[in-house]
Amino acid sequence: MGTTPAVETAPGTERDRGRCQTGIAGLDDILGGGIPKGNLVLIAGTVGTGKTTLTLEYLVRGAERGDRSIFLSMTESTAKLVQNLSSFEFFRPDLLQNGSLVLVDVPAIYEKLGLDREEMSAEEVDLLLRTIRDLVAELGAKRLVLDSVTGVSYRIRKEERIRDFILRLGQAMSQLDCTTLLVSEIGPTPGRYSLSGVEEAIVDGVILLGNTRRQGDLLRVIQVIKMRGTPHSRAQYVIELTPIGLLMAPHLKGGGHEST
Amino acid sequence: MANTNEIGERLRALSGGAAVALRLDPHEYADHYFSALTATLRDLGSEPDSHTIYVSVTNPAALVWSLAQALDVPFERLSFVDAISHIMMNYRDPLPHASYVESPRMLEDLMLRVEYLLRKRPSPRSVVVVDSVNSLAIHNPPELLTEFFHILLNNLKTRQVLTVLLATSDDPNSPVDQMLSLVVDETIDVGAGRG
Repeated sequence: MGTTPAVETAPGTERDRGRCQTGIAGLDDILGGGIPKGNLVLIAGTVGTGKTTLTLEYLVRGAERGDRSIFLSMTESTAKLVQNLSSFEFFRPDLLQNGSLVLVDVPAIYEKLGLDREEMSAEEVDLLLRTIRDLVAELGAKRLVLDSVTGVSYRIRKEERIRDFILRLGQAMSQLDCTTLLVSEIGPTPGRYSLSGVEEAIVDGVILLGNTRRQGDLLRVIQVIKMRGTPHSRAQYVIELTPIGLLMAPHLKGGGHEST
Repeated sequence: MANTNEIGERLRALSGGAAVALRLDPHEYADHYFSALTATLRDLGSEPDSHTIYVSVTNPAALVWSLAQALDVPFERLSFVDAISHIMMNYRDPLPHASYVESPRMLEDLMLRVEYLLRKRPSPRSVVVVDSVNSLAIHNPPELLTEFFHILLNNLKTRQVLTVLLATSDDPNSPVDQMLSLVVDETIDVGAGRG
């Protein structure tokens, strides 16, 4: 559907580094052409709101356009991810075969690095960070997804270390011109976009996925809360996850309904 | 009042992007409904390269499809968005060319399913039929419904899609008629018979 809502200019607009077009119908429109290249963006939402699906589409669309793309998975196995990807009609298996799209199992990285303690030390956080940076640099990746940052933050535990990890990850990815999405699982508390409450203050952008209720029926919604470096809509849109990708329509305001 | 042939001719003469209401008299509903279906599904749907998306809120898609089959409408020319079968608990045998929305209150989902089918089945002559405005009005407050039609029809207009809204009314001052006057380009009063 057409998406030309009222647009709000984000404060602190930086020099235009060009846009990373997500390729997702409607989302690029409300972001003024796409995510500013090199931005670190939180994709926050409760369970079942489409976070992983959105980020997978972002990577597949990117790989199709020639951006090497990496998916770092904390929870889903590679086989399950390939199964999820196959539900997209636009997904081509050769993107995996020719290395345009790379799926990485994070627990396997933990094991390889010997990160087996429940709480990571500062040195271990540094090691993880360097490993991610080196992987992105080595492959020349322009798109990265970490699903989820919540799982990593849980292992880091201390707020100051989480803050440092996110800050340094953002700096490293920006230097590599790699536009990065961090999946953040959130609870029902309004106004929070991560479980620790730390990530959202540091990232360049926050895109919120959720549900809204209309007389008992649930509608999936998306909203760009912040995005440094571009004017963007802050309106809420209803989304549908389809085999041809995520579709968006304006959220109608005429009737009474409450958000969940 | 226009009979079936005249309605078909008038609809065929409309360019893509037009929005038209077919007004059915509630006292002759069955005859008028069949005339409207014949004009939209068979006459309009028989145009070369046409594809019709039928948004079914009054009757389940399965029923409309059985009527369409009686009119020799080809399977590949017609897709459904069904917003009534779920709430009627009548969803056991879904049609392969139908997309089912859980409730007629999920208006954005109706828009998105139409959008999906337009992208999935691009056609030089796309037609969207909404059956009916009255059924949607049963489930949605007037402000919400007006907003829905305003956005939907504007979007379809820019995509050069012809939209046909079925409405039942014998009172030009009814809320449904008032709303239609805001959103459609033309209203055709339906009469029965082939003229």
